[in-house]
Amino acid sequence: MTDTVLAGPDTLATPAVARGPSAEPHDFQVVPLRGLPIVAAVLVGLVVTIATNKLWAIDFFHVVGGGLWTALDLFLGFVIGPILGSLAIPARAEFTKRLMPKMVLIMPTLVLCTLAAGWQLARHLGTLDASYSHHGWVVASFIVVAVMAVIALGVLEPANVAVLFEMRKPQPDGRVIGRLMHRFIVTAGITGAMQIAMLVIMTRLATT
Amino acid sequence: MTGDPIATSTRSRSAGASASPQAGAHPVLDRRFPPIAELAVLSVALMLSGGVYLAAHLPAPPPLGPAIGLLAAGAVLTAVAVTLLARLQSFAWRTFFLVARWAFAAYAVIAGTLGFVFVFDHTRGATLAVLVTTLVVFALDVPMVIAFTVARFEDTSLPPSA
Repeated sequence: MTDTVLAGPDTLATPAVARGPSAEPHDFQVVPLRGLPIVAAVLVGLVVTIATNKLWAIDFFHVVGGGLWTALDLFLGFVIGPILGSLAIPARAEFTKRLMPKMVLIMPTLVLCTLAAGWQLARHLGTLDASYSHHGWVVASFIVVAVMAVIALGVLEPANVAVLFEMRKPQPDGRVIGRLMHRFIVTAGITGAMQIAMLVIMTRLATT
Repeated sequence: MTGDPIATSTRSRSAGASASPQAGAHPVLDRRFPPIAELAVLSVALMLSGGVYLAAHLPAPPPLGPAIGLLAAGAVLTAVAVTLLARLQSFAWRTFFLVARWAFAAYAVIAGTLGFVFVFDHTRGATLAVLVTTLVVFALDVPMVIAFTVARFEDTSLPPSA
């Protein structure tokens, strides 16, 4: 079986048929291979940080990961999403095939760093303990993350990957891509809105 | 949109058993599937609910009844989803397994990292067993949803696109 997910351009080069005059070949990688070593390095750093119990490094992973995750969700949901929805189909396709493969690597990495480091940080600070005066806010953050995870893992990410596969076909189907992109844009908006709730919770926890 | 880089396909498809018979029906979009993705997503929701429940009690040992109930319900939903999936005919299995394999590798890393954190934090015994089993079901559900969503949009009447 050919590994098309990670295949190079030669294995899935698209014939010229069905391309517009200025369109480039649909030979992008669904998972950008060049990004994998970076992801691996970040995850190794995360594990080493947790294993060595360095509070500053744990805080760094949580704050940087969480900040980027929240910013990206808000930016995608409220800035890029509406712009994408208003673009002509060919322009949307061109933008999507450049953005989405990067998101396939970036988002899971940020989420994992934020959650794992956040858990350790909460353990260090004692906010996981049920006796902590604002433990309810901590549990609320778990719930918001869980809801976002269901939406992201159950709808957003599958739609993202499905769009990329459709766009690699010799004759991508605009209706299929349109339906999947609609899912993506709506769910990105929902997770963006939930990130606002997360910002409220986190700033509340940080200042009490 | 004809002529566009992602022009709407005019390909015909020898109708799947559940394709809509109406004129102009889309061979891929109008094909009906059992609720495989829905069941798997519901299972993910149950796994996350169990995780939130346990996390809300840790580091103290939590009452495991609710977490085990959520885990069992999620595992049953996953088993039903897998059964429904296995009974599908005329499905893009090659695409499904291709995506599932890579997605599973990714989510095994994610679940493994989270499992490492719990072990590192001295979570032990039945609580750890429930958490690890929850992560295992989670790591099966998500790749299944992703792979199914990709494969369901493959037109199985055509040669594979890759």
